[in-house]
Parts: sequence; C-alpha cells; structure tokens
Amino acid sequence: MAILENNTVLEKLKEKFGAYIISSEEQYGMLSVTADSAFNIDILKFLWEDKDLEFRFLTDICGIHYPNSPQPFGVIYHLHSFKYNVRLRLKCFITEEQSISTATMIYASANWMERETYDFFGIIFSGHPNLKRILNMDELTVFPMRKQYPLEDPNRVDKKDYYFGR
Amino acid sequence: MQQDTQLTEGIDKDLIVGEPEVEYTTLNLGPTHPATHGIFQNILKMDGEKIISSEQTVGYIHRAFEKIAEHRPFYQITTLTDRLNYCSSPINNMGWHMTVEKLLNIEIPKRVQYMRVVIMELARIADHIICNSVLGVDTGALTGFLYVFQEREKIYDIFEQICGARLTTNIGRVGGFEREWPEKAFQLTEKFIKEFPKVWKEFEGLLARNRIFMDRTIGVGAISAERALSYGFTGPNLRAAGVDYDVRVMTSYSSYEDFTFDIPVGENGDTYDRFMVLNGEIWESLKIIRQALDKIKQEPQGVYRADAPNVVLPPKEEVYNNMEALIYHFKIVMGEVDAPVGEVYHAVEGGNGELGFYLVSDGGRTPYRLHFRRPCFIYYQAYPEMISGSLLSDAVVTLSSLNVIAGELDA
Repeated sequence: MAILENNTVLEKLKEKFGAYIISSEEQYGMLSVTADSAFNIDILKFLWEDKDLEFRFLTDICGIHYPNSPQPFGVIYHLHSFKYNVRLRLKCFITEEQSISTATMIYASANWMERETYDFFGIIFSGHPNLKRILNMDELTVFPMRKQYPLEDPNRVDKKDYYFGR
Repeated sequence: MQQDTQLTEGIDKDLIVGEPEVEYTTLNLGPTHPATHGIFQNILKMDGEKIISSEQTVGYIHRAFEKIAEHRPFYQITTLTDRLNYCSSPINNMGWHMTVEKLLNIEIPKRVQYMRVVIMELARIADHIICNSVLGVDTGALTGFLYVFQEREKIYDIFEQICGARLTTNIGRVGGFEREWPEKAFQLTEKFIKEFPKVWKEFEGLLARNRIFMDRTIGVGAISAERALSYGFTGPNLRAAGVDYDVRVMTSYSSYEDFTFDIPVGENGDTYDRFMVLNGEIWESLKIIRQALDKIKQEPQGVYRADAPNVVLPPKEEVYNNMEALIYHFKIVMGEVDAPVGEVYHAVEGGNGELGFYLVSDGGRTPYRLHFRRPCFIYYQAYPEMISGSLLSDAVVTLSSLNVIAGELDA
C-alpha cells in the first residue's frame, strides 16, 4: 500500500483551494481541515476524484454548536481513503441563517446523517432530497443538541453542580 | 356515433398495451412486529406479495445519549455505550475506554490489551450467534436458535465473572479493568473455546448447506460493493459484498496487530453471504481468543490496569488507609480531573460495523460534544433499495441478516 502523508493531503488541498482552506491542525494522527462552507461540495468532490487521495468513504457527518462563535454551527465530515488508509476530518462553519450544500449526490449515506444533523442542530442542507426530522418526533419545535437547551429541568434545585463541588 | 368510436378505440388501445388495473396495498410492518426483532417500522407499498417501495421510520427508542453525554464525566458515559448495540455491549465499552485513553494519552499494558481482545471477541461471537440463529428462525428453523442460545449464556457467564453484569455490562474502566479477573473467568473462557466449536459446527451443518435455507437466502437482499460503499456499509455487511475492510486490520487498536487471523469475505452481498461471513468470523474470533489467552500467560501476571493515578481509581483498601489514594479517589469520583483540550476520533470493529466515537473536549470534566458513529444507523438507510422488488418474506430475512440493532439505530 502506497503511503499518503497528512502533509501531502494538506498541500494538495491548499494548492487547489488556496484561501478557502481556513485552518488546519493535526491531532492524534488525524488531519483536521477547516474550510469555507460554500466550498464543501467542491472539496469533497476533489477529495473523491483526485487519484492520489481517493477519499471515497464517508465515515461520518455530525454537527457541533459553539454559541459564542460568529459562525456557531459546524458540520464535521469524517472521510476515509481506503486506498491509502488515511482518515481526514473536514469542518465547515456557518451562521444560523446560512445553509450548507448537501453531500447526498456524492455519498448515498449522507442522506440520514444530514437528516440527523438537521434534527439535532437545525442545520439546513440545501438540495437535500428529504430534509426532515429522523430520530425526534416531528412535532418538536426546537433543535435539542443546541447548547442553549439544558438537559434537565432548569428549575430543579437539587442538581446544581456546586452542590457536588464542581 | 363519432364519440362512441373514439371511446372504443381508447379502450382497445389500453387492452393492447395490457395494463390491467393495478391495486397497491399498504402494509404496516412494525414498529412492534414479531418478525422484525426490534422497534422498526417499515411502511410497505405492496403489489400482492411483491414490495414496490418502502418508507422507514426510526427513532422509536431514541434516548438522547449524545445530549446526556455532554453532562456526564467520562467514566459515567460507559453505561450509555452499553445501550447502543446491546448484543455486543463490551465492544462499545472498550471502544469508549480507548477513545478516552487516546485523548488522555494513557499507555495501556499489553496484558490488559490482550484481556480486552478476549472480551471483545467473546462479545463478537455472542453478537453473531444472535444474528445468525435468528436468521435461522426467520427462515423457519427454531431449533438451532434455542440450541446455540445456551452458548451465548455461557459467554455471559464469563462477563458476569469479570464485571458482575451480563447484558449491559459496563465492563472495564478507562485505563484497564476495575479488578483482576478471577481465575474462574479464565477457566470458563478456556472451557468455552473448547466446547463451543462442536456446537457451532453442528449449527453450521444445519443451515450452511441446507437446501431450504439456501433457497431462502441466496440472491436475497443483495447489494453490490459499489452501492454498499456509497451507503457507508462497514463490518460483515460490507465484507459480504466483497470489500475486505476491517477496522481491526486497517486502523489497528488494542494490539490486534499481534494476532494472526483471516478476514472472511463474501462475493454477492446477499443474505447467504452475510450469514457465511458472520459464520466465518466466529471461527476467526475463536482463533484470536486462543492466541490472546496464550499471550496473557506470557505477560507479567496481576497487571490489570494502567499506571495512571489521576484516571484509574485506587484500590479500595488504600482509599481507607492512604491519604493520597483518598484524594485521587475523591477527585475522580467527583469528576474533578480535567481532560486536555482536543478532538479524537476512535473507531473499533463493532459487531455490525465500524463503531466510531468522535469526542470533542474543551478541557472540562465532560465532553463538549460526543458523537457516536453508529454503523447500523448509516447502513439501514439502504434497506428500501435492497428489498424493493422482493417478496415480503425476503424482506424479513434481509432485515434480520443485516444485524440492525434498534438501540444502536436510535441512540
């Protein structure tokens, strides 16, 4: 099996997309790239098509919420190149009003993963064939994984962290 | 007169094209249908016995694990992972421990890694026993199921010796195990791998070349390697389609690279291939357990956890007599040991595919975000494509061979 270094992946991405690659870091051996959300599909397609990369397996899509950030909602793709056995994390951040393009035309598996992300974070995937709630009930009016929603009834007085020395 | 001719012409044309009036039936399979083995709802559009299309509903047992996990210290999340794929809880537990260990950079002694391998492979066997024997039930063979289920109980006896629980095990801790395995656990494992092959051979003999079983499963619910990859298949279902992707080999963890084993691979991706791949994996798991037990004997005895005092609970007798141990005990239990800032993705080969943990830590006592990559949630969406055009009875067999576990599907 030919060896593909994380640096090579990053260089290729930077060469192709330049300033749209906002930042990158390597943690615990996995390269993590943050990119402009408008180019998510272009980047995914490039990663799929490039002969020296071939990131063709979509391991996972999930959302994340940083309420204090100017772009609070993140979509995180985990990709895997079976040919070179390298994993890659791609992050795209958006504001609450923005939407992000769907990856369903590249990977059939993106369908439910994007629905799940929408269901919990309210992130709109434009062009998705069937963007509706999947795990929560349809009548739910909120997106429960957003940080402003507490896990338990906030009026309870017996579960405050400071009672436990935290 | 003119009109009449037109009318007749129209009718004649229809008759020549040969389109009799078609009436579709809507059939509600599930959510609690006995043939689906879990809470799955499929609304099927049927033409007689044939499925035209289907619409899935998931989420009946959604329990918001990812939200709960954001409010729990790391060691309390293990019990949540138990309830994902409850047919192989120990694999989920170990996967979670290893994710946290990766974040905290804890080095695990070899002996503990081998002990984990034994646990995970036993869990894999238990998982595959259920899947394959239930597939037998769905094709009309109840006896084999009842016969091999006794063996699953024996695996659970081993888990019980190690951690006290059988199904939702919460086995092990971050950094190793909570205590040394009792001698009985080793004895039971030895006994199991000695006696189980005979039983499984017999079960295999009942189904693998059984004409009725083959007729019911060959070519049923097939999926090509290309579609399987696009649908994010992993684990035995992907291997049945002919792709030899196994997390244990590709991104090895817990010293799987020290073991010699084969990866069974199918060809057509149909129900029969899935059955045979699971079957083959059971034999490989037995090989791995044998090797692991031998390796455990060669390692320094009595080592059952890592040397990481700020993560691993000290022994109880020290807590009562030693100030330092008491402080550590208190800090760990109260969740006052902060994790480093970082992001980890760790994957293990679960019973039905790549079980991934994506953990984002902001340096606090709880994860900032934890996402479970649940294999069957991802591949179950291929189900309508796999069953469209097949018979209802084939759809039931396909669902059962896919090894979709409701707890994992709905998180």
